[in-house]
Amino acid sequence: MYALDVVDLKKTYGTRVEALKGISLTVEEGDFFALLGPNGAGKSTLIGIAASLVRPSSGDIKVFGKSVVTERSAAVAHIGLVPQEFNFNQFEKPFEILVNQAGYYGVPRELAKTRAEQYLKQLSLWDKRDVASRTLSGGMKRRLMIARAMMHTPKLLILDEPTAGVDIEIRRSMWTYLKDINRAGTTVILTTHYLEEAESLCRNIAIIDHGMIVKNTTVKALLGTLDRETFVFDLSQPLAVAPDLPDCLVHRVDDTTIEVDVPRGTELNGLFAILSAAGIGVRSMRNKANRLEELFVRLLEKPKDAA
Amino acid sequence: MSAAVRWVPFKTIVIKEINRILRIWGQTLVPPAITMTLYFLIFGQLVGSRIGEMGGHRYMDFIVPGLVMMSVIQNAYANVVSSFFGSKFGRYVEELLVSPTPNWVILAGYVSGGVLRGCMVGGIVLIVSLLFTDLSIAHPLVMLASVILAAVLFALAGFVNAVYAKKFDDISIIPTFILTPLTYLGGVFYSVSLLPEFWRNVSLANPILYTVNAFRFGVLGESDVPVGTAFAIMLVSILVLGAYCLRLLDKGVGLRA
Ligand SMILES: Nc1ncnc2c1ncn2[C@@H]1O[C@H](COP(=O)(O)OP(=O)(O)OP(=O)(O)O)[C@@H](O)[C@H]1O
Ligand SMILES: [Mg+2]
Repeated sequence: MYALDVVDLKKTYGTRVEALKGISLTVEEGDFFALLGPNGAGKSTLIGIAASLVRPSSGDIKVFGKSVVTERSAAVAHIGLVPQEFNFNQFEKPFEILVNQAGYYGVPRELAKTRAEQYLKQLSLWDKRDVASRTLSGGMKRRLMIARAMMHTPKLLILDEPTAGVDIEIRRSMWTYLKDINRAGTTVILTTHYLEEAESLCRNIAIIDHGMIVKNTTVKALLGTLDRETFVFDLSQPLAVAPDLPDCLVHRVDDTTIEVDVPRGTELNGLFAILSAAGIGVRSMRNKANRLEELFVRLLEKPKDAA
Repeated sequence: MSAAVRWVPFKTIVIKEINRILRIWGQTLVPPAITMTLYFLIFGQLVGSRIGEMGGHRYMDFIVPGLVMMSVIQNAYANVVSSFFGSKFGRYVEELLVSPTPNWVILAGYVSGGVLRGCMVGGIVLIVSLLFTDLSIAHPLVMLASVILAAVLFALAGFVNAVYAKKFDDISIIPTFILTPLTYLGGVFYSVSLLPEFWRNVSLANPILYTVNAFRFGVLGESDVPVGTAFAIMLVSILVLGAYCLRLLDKGVGLRA
């Protein structure tokens, strides 16, 4: 059984905005799944339909076999949702928010209080349990929403840009947290604009653009399709013309910087030897961009080029 | 679905509503107490002493049930409309909408919150009235039943208002332009038997007239309209309005895109 089974899902807002144009995809139980796409691609709409906040124009989503359209309660009971926008009562206290949320899922109050303590501690919010939640920082609010989503111990956790506006340290600790709960058996789906995040967390990935799936594969396979890599070299002396390197595209950015487009599997030692022989010293070297980022840009460019 | 899935969320919504009423008591409990005290003072004491009798009772005694009922209605309505609209506006209604809580439980929870606020304020006003008169209650059960039915009815009305409301103005329009006039014309301050026949008949179309008179019968043992009719009208209105609210929720009007 799939944790999520999206069947030919379409959504048109009003009469004109076609947010989803017929999406089908499946997420295996236990998976860590990334949903990627540019702003306005339809990610939040897809998630909204899964959580029953948005009604599909046609098609269906099944959550562990239950249809959100015809068996709403049974379907959403499995989902824990961390939405993109803050949607808790800013005047309530984190502890209250968590206990109430659990109550909506039928978790008895005493158990809910125990769990609220557990999750607030895990997400380093215990100190803040009794302050008005509007006084939390942005990163704390995100963590509060993660804690809230965990209160009924869902089998499927869906996070819509959970790390937006979160500092690096907290982001890393969120990653560890999410990896842990995934390892413990919870299926996790997340959207993100940080491709590094998808690369380091997720096994499978769907890229969506203009309401359609552009690519749906494993992160590994996707990275495997990369045939070139771009490095940026900082040179020790100024250079007038770009040097010639076999099989590589060299682009001179400025006097002391070149970009080298290298086929996959090329021995970099060879390149350095050529540069040394030509009297060019390399002071430092880095990847031009995250590898996935490049692929992402290429994938999204294709349909536009064709058009 | 297990019973817990219905009972626990219901209890949760009610606790949340009670906490809200108590957290902002300066807005929920105090203002009606002050307004009603002024009504007792001005209409009951000052003006009332010159009016003499109304419907066979001291004017003060006559208006006490009307003013209590008016507080119950206004506060049951106000609680649901502002709490539910607030949850839409602040988006935290989504906490409920994404949960398995069935729509009728959501409705029952908010309506109960409204009924509780109505009863709390009604109780406060009743206690305040004891400063001005000593009431003996003719039919306590009738009194209680009429309060609860009226509170349920107007809590439901407040819910409809909240579902359709898009901005804060929308939650004050109906209370200002419909609820308050209907209350004043609903026999709170006068017996409709004083009116010419035409206006008396028009008054009979006003639902508040029945709630006020049912309650007045509970306290004074007298009413402008048959008490059975009053209860029947309240019950039928509750069923109709309740069904309408559920339909709005099922269709997701103003809630699910
Ligand atoms: N409630 C709504 N009413 C009308 N149009 C909407 C609504 N919600 C989203 N849309 C439109 O649907 C399209 C998809 O939006 P959606 O929020 O799903 O994108 P997204 O992939 O989540 O983008 P982002 O990365 O910016 O969060 C956009 O064109 C958006 O303007
Ligand atoms: Mg989005």
